[in-house]
Amino acid sequence: MATIHIRDVRKSYGTTEVIKGIDCAVGDGDLLVMLGPSGCGKSTLLRMVAGLERISEGEIAIGGRVVNKLEPKDRNIAMVFQNYALYPHMSVFDNMAYGLKIRGMPRAEIQRAVQEAAAILELTPFLDRKPRQLSGGQRQRVAMGRAIVRDPQVFLFDEPLSNLDAKLRNQMRVEIRKLQRRLGVTSLYVTHDQVEAMTLADRIMVMHSGVAEQVGTPLEIYARPATTFVAGFIGAPPMNFMPAEIAPDALSARLPGGLTTPLPQGLARGHGGRKVTLGVRPEHLHLGPPQPGDVALPLDIDLVEALGADTVVHGRVADSDAELLARLPGSAQVAAGQRLTLYPHAAELHLFDPATGRRLDPV
Amino acid sequence: MRRRVIFEHKLLPYLLLAPQLAITAVFFLYPAAMAMWMSLLREDMFGLSSEFVWFENYEIVLSDPNYVAALQRTAVFSVSVALLALLPALLLAVMVDKMIKGVTAMRTILIIPYAIAPAIAGVLWLFMFNPSVGTVSGVMRSLGIPWNPTLNGTHAMILVILASAWKQISYNFLFFLAGLQAIPKSLLEAAAIDGAGSTRRFWTIVFPLLSPITFFLVTVNIVYAFFDTFGVIHAVTQGGPARATEVLVYKAWYDGIIATDFGRSAAQSVILMVVVIGLTAIQFRYIDRKVTY
Amino acid sequence: MQTMNDRTQWVPILIITLGVAITAFPLWITFVASTLTNRMIAQGMPVLPGDQMIPNYMQALFDSATTRIVSPPVWSMMWNSFIMAMVIAVGKIAISIISAYAVVFFSFPGRMLFFWMIFITLMLPVEVRIVPTYQVVADLGMLNTYAGLTIPLIASATATLLFRQFFLTIPDELVEAAKIDGAGPIRFFRDVVLPLSATNIAALFVILFIYGWNQYLWPLLITTTASMSTIVIGITQMIGSGDAMTDWNTVMATTVLAILPPMLVVIVMQRWFVKGLVDTEK
Repeated sequence: MATIHIRDVRKSYGTTEVIKGIDCAVGDGDLLVMLGPSGCGKSTLLRMVAGLERISEGEIAIGGRVVNKLEPKDRNIAMVFQNYALYPHMSVFDNMAYGLKIRGMPRAEIQRAVQEAAAILELTPFLDRKPRQLSGGQRQRVAMGRAIVRDPQVFLFDEPLSNLDAKLRNQMRVEIRKLQRRLGVTSLYVTHDQVEAMTLADRIMVMHSGVAEQVGTPLEIYARPATTFVAGFIGAPPMNFMPAEIAPDALSARLPGGLTTPLPQGLARGHGGRKVTLGVRPEHLHLGPPQPGDVALPLDIDLVEALGADTVVHGRVADSDAELLARLPGSAQVAAGQRLTLYPHAAELHLFDPATGRRLDPV
Repeated sequence: MRRRVIFEHKLLPYLLLAPQLAITAVFFLYPAAMAMWMSLLREDMFGLSSEFVWFENYEIVLSDPNYVAALQRTAVFSVSVALLALLPALLLAVMVDKMIKGVTAMRTILIIPYAIAPAIAGVLWLFMFNPSVGTVSGVMRSLGIPWNPTLNGTHAMILVILASAWKQISYNFLFFLAGLQAIPKSLLEAAAIDGAGSTRRFWTIVFPLLSPITFFLVTVNIVYAFFDTFGVIHAVTQGGPARATEVLVYKAWYDGIIATDFGRSAAQSVILMVVVIGLTAIQFRYIDRKVTY
Repeated sequence: MQTMNDRTQWVPILIITLGVAITAFPLWITFVASTLTNRMIAQGMPVLPGDQMIPNYMQALFDSATTRIVSPPVWSMMWNSFIMAMVIAVGKIAISIISAYAVVFFSFPGRMLFFWMIFITLMLPVEVRIVPTYQVVADLGMLNTYAGLTIPLIASATATLLFRQFFLTIPDELVEAAKIDGAGPIRFFRDVVLPLSATNIAALFVILFIYGWNQYLWPLLITTTASMSTIVIGITQMIGSGDAMTDWNTVMATTVLAILPPMLVVIVMQRWFVKGLVDTEK
C-alpha cells in the first residue's frame, strides 16, 4: 500500500518559516495536486517528500514507513523534473536505465524494463537518440520513462509541463492522467496552473504562503471554496467579490450601490447583521427569467466582449463602483450602457468573512 | 559562489583536494614564503650562516643603479611588447571579422605562433636578424642601416621586443576576434541606419564594447612581458650586450642562480611577486565589475 | 553586416595577407634554412627551399656528433619534451578536475580557505620564486628527474578555475535526478560530470601540452645532465654566441622538428582550443 502521510510538517530556512504545518494524506493510487502561486511552498513540500530538502518538524511517511531520515534513493520514489533533468550525454535508453544500473539490476532485466516503459510511452524508436535530438514533448516522456522504469511506490511531478507550449501541454496533461491511472501509482503533482490541477487531480491541495488553504476534490474546491484565496484562484475568469451587508433577519442583503436583494432562507442563516464578502462566479450569473431560489443581481454594463462561444460582460454592480464580470452564452443580446439583472442560483453564491477570508456556511 | 545542491560527504572532498593542495603547499606556498624569508637574510661570505637584516636587502636592491636601470628597461620593454602585440592583433581581428569566407583558415595560420616557445621565437628572429646570415639584416645593410644586435644595445632590445611581440599577437588576436564576434550585429546595423560610417561605428560602439577584453589583455600582456619572456632574453641576448636587455626577471635569475646572492635575488623575487599580485588583483577586480554589463 | 559596395573587401584582404605574411615569414625562413647547406646560408639566404632537406633532418635527428654542435641527440631531447608536456597536461587536468569537483559539489570546513590557497598560485609563477623552489626540489632529490621536471608545475590554478566555472553551470536538477537514481558523488563524477567536461578537457589539453612543451626557465634550472635536456633548451644551447659559428641549417632543422608537435596539436584541436582559451580567462 503506497499511501503518503504528511503530518504537521514544517520547514524553516534559518528563522524564516516557509512551510507552516501541513497535514495531508494521499490514498494508494491517488493523484494529489499541490496547487498554488509561486512561492507558496508547493515545490519545497514536494522536495521534502523526495528527500531533497530536510524536514524541520513533523513527519512524512510513505507506505506507512516514516522516511524523514532516508536518502532519496532509499525512499523508493521517482521524480519528474520541470526541466526534465535528462543526462545530456546519454542516450534515451541509458537515461532510463541509469537508476537500474546503479541498483545492480542484471542487464537482461534492465533491457526488459526499459523496453516495456518505452513501449508504454511510445519512445521505442528513440531509444538510441540523445536528448538534444528530441522535441520538448519527447524529452518529457523520457523523463517519465525514467520514473516508470524504477517501479516506485510514489511518483513526484514538479511542474513537468511548464516548459511546453500550450497545445502540447493540453495533450500531455491527458496522457499523464491516463498513464497514472493505468499504472495505479500514488502520485504527488505540483503546478501553478489550475486547469492542469482540475484535469489531473483526484484531490487538490491549494497552498498559499506555506499553508494548505483547502484540500478536496476538484469539484469540491470549485463549488465550495474554503477561503477567498481558493475561490479566486480556481476558475477563469476568476470569481467576483463584492462587499455586502446581511440584513438582521438574514433574508436580504444590501449590495454596493445601496440596492437590496432578497436572499433565500437557508443561505445566510446565522449571519444576520454581518458585513460579508459576497462571491459569485462569472459563469453563474445567468440571464433571466429567474427560477425560484435565485438571487437578483443588477449590473451596469461597461464593456461587452463577444467571443463567439461566450460573451464576457464587464460591468459594475448597479449604482456602485464594485466591478463585476459575467460570462453569458454567445447568443446573448447585450450592449454597453444597459442595466441588466442577472440571476445566480442560491447555491452559487458564496459568503466569506471579510477579515479572515474564510467561508461562512449557514449555521 | 556555491551550488545549491551538493553531496553530504565529509571525508571525500578532502581526499579529492589533497593532491593539489600537497603540491601547492610544497612547491608554491613554501618556496614563496621562503623567498620572503630569505629576502630578509644575508649570508656571510662563506655561505655558512645567515643574519637577519630586516629590509636591508631591499634597500640595497632598490638603490642599486643596475637594478633601477633594469626596472626602467623592463618598463620600456613591457610597454613596447604590449603595444606591439595588441595593436596589430586588434587590427587583424577587425579585418578577419569582416571576412565572410575563409575565417578558419586565416585563424589557423595566425594562431601558430601561440604554439611556439618564446625562446624559440627568439631564435627565429635572431636568425632573421643575425648580422652575418640573417635575411632581414641583409636587407637592412643594403638600405644602409648598420644593424648589429650583438654590439648595439638598442638593436638588441628591438630584436627581443619584436620576437616577444610576434609570439603574443596570436593570443591577443584570438581574444579580440572572440570579442568582436560577440558583439550583436543588430547594434551595428542600428548605428548604420542612424548614419554612422564604419570608422565612427568602430570608435563609438565596437571599441567601447571591447574595452573589458582590451583591459584584460593589457594586464595579461604586461605579465607576459614581465615573466614569460625570460626565454627570449636568455636564448637571444643573455641580457646583453652590456646589460642592454637585462630585464627584472632575468636579473633575478642571474643574481640568484649564477651569482648566488640569495638574499638579493629573493628580494627581487618578492618585488616581482608584488607586481604580479597587483596586476592580477586589478585584472580580477575589473573582470568582476565587467560582468555587471 | 554587409556593406553596400564590394570594393571595400580588398582592404581587409590586404591587411590580413600582410598579417599572415609577418606571422609566417619567420617560420618560412626557418624551413627554408633547414633545407640548405651552411655555405648556401652564409652566402645569402634564398627565399625558396633547397634540396638538402633529407640529409639535414637525418643529421639533426640522429647524428649530432659529426656537426660542430655538441648536444645530446635530438630525438632524446624531443622525447624528454614529450614526456614533460604529456605528464604536465594529463597531471594538471587530473588534479584540477577533482579539486574543482571537491570545491563545487561539497560543503566542508576550510573549503574557501583551500580554494584561495589554490587561487594564489596564479600569482606565483616560477619566476618569482626561483631560488627557493630550486632548493626544495634539490632537497627532495628531484633534480635531473622527470618527476622534478613535471610535478612542481602541475598544481597551478587555471585549470581548477576553468573546471570550477564549468561545474557551477551544471543544473541542480541534474544532480538531484542522479541522487534519486541512487548515484553517490563518485558515481556522479564518473558517469555524468566527466563526460560533460570532455570539451573543456580537450581545450585544456592543448593549452597545457603547449605550456609543458615550451617550458624554459624550469628545465634550465633543474636539469644539468645532457640526457634530461628538453628540446627547447637544447636548441638555444646550439646557438654559439660570439666566436663559434653556428650550424644554422642543422639548428633550423632541429627547430622545425621542435615546433612541429605543439603546432600540430594546436592546428588539429583548434576549435576546442579556441573555445577553451577564451572561456578560461573569463
